Formats: sequence, structure tokens, C-alpha cells
Amino acid sequence: MVPISYYLILAAILFCVGIAAFLIKRNVITVFMSIELMLNAVNLTFVAFSHRWHQISGQIFVFFVMVVAAAEAAVGLAIIIALFRARQTLNIDQVDLMKN
Amino acid sequence: MSPNLFALLPEIVLTIAGVLVMVAEPLLPAQSSRKPLGWLAILGTALSAVAAFIQHRAVDAAGAPMMGFYRTIQIDNLSVFFHLLIASIVLVVLLASLDYFEGPVSHAGEYYALLCFGATGMMLMSCSVELLMVFIGLEISSISTYILAGFRKGQATASESALKYFLLGSFATAFTLYGIALAFGATGSTSIAVLATMLHSSNTPLIARLAVAMMLIGMGFKVSAAPFHVWTPDVYQGAPSPVVAMMSTAPKAAVYAVLLRLLFNGAPQLRGEWLVLIQFFAVLSMFIGNLGALLQKDVKRMLAYSSIAHAGYLLTAFASFQQDAVAAACFYTAAYASMNVGAFLVLTQLTGYNENLRTLNDYTGVARKRPLLSALLGFFLLSMIGIPFTAGFFAKFYAFSAALRGGFSWLVILGLLNSGFACFYYLRLLIALYSSPASEIAEPSSTRPSIAATLALAACALATVGLGIMPGRLLHLLQRSAPITLQEQPGNSASLQ
Repeated sequence: MVPISYYLILAAILFCVGIAAFLIKRNVITVFMSIELMLNAVNLTFVAFSHRWHQISGQIFVFFVMVVAAAEAAVGLAIIIALFRARQTLNIDQVDLMKN
Repeated sequence: MSPNLFALLPEIVLTIAGVLVMVAEPLLPAQSSRKPLGWLAILGTALSAVAAFIQHRAVDAAGAPMMGFYRTIQIDNLSVFFHLLIASIVLVVLLASLDYFEGPVSHAGEYYALLCFGATGMMLMSCSVELLMVFIGLEISSISTYILAGFRKGQATASESALKYFLLGSFATAFTLYGIALAFGATGSTSIAVLATMLHSSNTPLIARLAVAMMLIGMGFKVSAAPFHVWTPDVYQGAPSPVVAMMSTAPKAAVYAVLLRLLFNGAPQLRGEWLVLIQFFAVLSMFIGNLGALLQKDVKRMLAYSSIAHAGYLLTAFASFQQDAVAAACFYTAAYASMNVGAFLVLTQLTGYNENLRTLNDYTGVARKRPLLSALLGFFLLSMIGIPFTAGFFAKFYAFSAALRGGFSWLVILGLLNSGFACFYYLRLLIALYSSPASEIAEPSSTRPSIAATLALAACALATVGLGIMPGRLLHLLQRSAPITLQEQPGNSASLQ
């Protein structure tokens, strides 16, 4: 059987990849995808710990996270479309109207 | 009434009001005024405040906190206080924005509904003692405010502000969630009561500490504490002023409620660890907030940096582990809400929907054209400085004296030093208001505030004066609510003296 620590380490790596992509990537959609990656790392952690504690509540939490992530994606994509209409760009470096 | 329904009564009332507004919006003819929907939302918010007050009476009569929904919801005086605070903030903002969205905006109905839904999420956060419920409440409130931040659809700055708020807000949520997952891993539960007994004795102490740290980082983003403050100035600048009034106070108050429960109730044994982080946030927020505000020319950006600084002052109260620390933190959220909502609502009245006044130069000489509003803005600014007999003075006084009692005099000295810096930029705006106008200035909006908006402004001013003259009443009430937060913490007699 695969030890639980493998899943936790994989989740931690995924989370860090998500953070790195969030900070490095310049396309708004990719930045948004890296947030989803971080949420999926959280889900993996929950499922792994749920197995470790023999408790179903961790898996239930995952469903809530997925539902909320879907709601967030709906709002997020709408905001991205609104931005694209206003600025004709998806590059995050060009979204800089508000510098003092 | 079933105890479960009673526990969530304010949230249920608000949700119904929000749904009714959403349903009624498409039934109204396209060109007609959306004001009736606004009044419906106001009615719902007021009713939910009444519901919270009924809960307060019931809790007082029972003498113990009430639980609902399998011990995930706890109604005590702390949650009632935050319910009432959030309801009043939203009520005042609704009153002031009845006219703001008249005319150029066709989708004002959604605005009223989103404010109701956002308030529901914030209230849910303040009364939940289970991290799953905290997460759901946090997301309900966040998603509503993401949309509200970009509500002036035509403007490019609006969608930019919404995008920044959305990206950094979801980034922060991911951190909070990872913290919750690790807390679940360390204890096998996400209930704050279980965390209190299990977190410190977990066989994986590293995971337990990491869990608290990750949750703190996520919450730090939400209360715009430095070093997680980068989104604040941009978002506040692009969002409509009444929305900023709401989102700079109400969601933060809800997050402070969660922080108080989580840190004081859920992880008291790890106080040595989290206190270091909190102090780091507090000191950095005060310095970055105040020094950043000095460099700003845009008034909304300046107030955004000032809100970062106020987050720092508030966090100093966490240094003490006593009832009055909780009371001081709660008092600060109320005082900050009254003056900050007031200041942003005055800006709403002065600048109108298009926000043609932006920089300090634009505000030069505004007092000649709008003397009453300028005087009111000046009063709120003086309160933010912390002039005696205003809410801001006692808020700082209680927060700093709590830190002093916790034995952190260096923190208090840094706080006082920062209050000194802060005078400079608040007074700069005040002086600009009353100096003679430069040659070419933007005109302040000349529409007189409606009766509803006048009522809202008067309520903010009264609250600021009231908390400054009679702080004792509220503080007494808050201290009475604190023991319930602090109970059930084994073996802490040493730090409680």
C-alpha cells in the first residue's frame, strides 16, 4: 500500500507549484488556473487525511471545496471577460491603470 | 421554532430578502427606478438586526451560548455583536446608495441583492465554530464582494479592481483552506472546540503549527494586514465608494470574529507561536500603512493605506490574553466601522457616481462649496487620528492598553509613534479641504444628499460621537460576551493570571 506521506508530499508540491505559477505567469487565465491547482492540492490533502483518520468528514469537505471552486470560477471568468472587453488584453502586466 | 432555525434566523431573513430582490428585479419594467428593491433590502437587513437582537435576549435568558446544526453554529454575545455590527454597516451603506445607482446603472437590483448575500456570508462566519462553516461563510461574503468591487461596469478601472480583488482573494482562500486541511490532518476534526483540546497535543506538532500559520496568512489577506496588503489600494481605488465603505469594514469585522474564535478559543495553547506572527503583522501593517499613506496623492488610496494601518492597531490588542483583549478588538471593529463607513459615504456624496474628485488637489477648497459634508469628513478624519471624545481615540486606547497589560510595551510605543505619523496625512487632507482652491479644480457633485443618505451620514456621525463619549456601555457589554469566547480552555490559568 502506498504510504499516506506520499500523497501529502505530492499535495504540498502541487500547492507550491500553484503558488509559483500564480506569481510567475503573466496570462490572467493561467494565473486563475494556478489557483485551481492550489485548491486541488488542498482536496488531495483532505482525502489523504480522511483516509488516515478513517473519517468521512474530510471527503465531505472536498465536495464543498469543489462546489465553491465552481462558483468562484463562474464569477472569475465573468470578471476576466469584463476586463478583456474593457482593455483588449489578458496580460496581467498591462492591467496597471491604477498606479499613483 | 426549532433551535436550528433560531440559530440562523438573521442569516435566513437576509437570504430571503436577497432572493426576493433578485426575483422582483426582472419583474420591474426596464426603465423604472430600482429604489423599491433598495427599500426591500433595507427592510430585510433591519429585520435581520431585530432577529439578532432577539437572539441576544434569548442567550442572556439562557445564560449560556446556544448551539445549532450539530454544534457547528454557536450563538453567543460575541456572534450577536458581530451580527448587529454587520447588519448596521450594510443598512447604512444601503441607505446611502439608494441614490448612488439612480440613473446610469440599469442593474442596481443586483447590487442590493449582493449586499444582502454578502452580509449573510459575513454573519455566518461570525457565528460558526466549525471551520467548514467558516469557509462557506468566507466564500459567500468574498464572491459577493468580488462582484460588487467591479460594479461600475463601464469603467476600465472597475474591472481591473474586481480582477485584482478576485485573484488575490482566491489566492488567500487557498491558503486558508490548506491550513484547514492541515488542522484536520493534525486533529482529525475541523471543529474549533476539538482543535482546542487536540491541536497542542497532536503527534504531528509541525503540521499543527503550519495549520495555524496558513490560516493566519489567509485571514491576514482578508483583513489587509501587511505583508498581505498589496491588493488594498488598487481595489479601493477602482471600486465604487459605497462598496468600499462596506468592504473595508464588514468582511474584516467578520474575519476578526473568526480570528478571535480560532486563536483565543481554538489554539490558546499555541499562543507562543501565533503571537509572534500576529505581532509581526501588526508592526509591519502600522509602518507600511502609515508610510504608504504619506506617499499617496489619490484620496481613496490614502484611505486604503490608512485601513492597513488600522488593521495593525487592531492586531496589537491580540497581544493580551484576557477578556479585555477580546473586548478591545471588538470595540475597535465597531469604532473603525463607524468612522470609515462615514468617511467613504461622505466621499460618495461629494464625488457622485463618476468620482470626478480623485486626488488631494481635486479636494482643495471643497469646503467652500460643500461646507457641511466637508465638516463631516473632517470630523471622521479627526476620529481616525484618534482625537479624544471620538470613537477612534477610545478604540486605540483600549487596544493599546490591552497590549500593555499583556506586557508588550514596545508594541504600544511603536503604535503611538505610528499614530503620530498618521496625523500628518489625515491633516493634509483636512487642510486641503479648507484651503483656497487652485486655479483649475474639479467640481464636487452639487446634488443635495437625499433624506436616506442624510440619515446614513447622521447615523455614522452619531455612532462615532457616541462611542467616543460613552464607550463604557458597549465595552461592558463586550466584556460580558468575552468569557464565553474564553471558556473551555484547559490549563491556561498562568496566562490568565
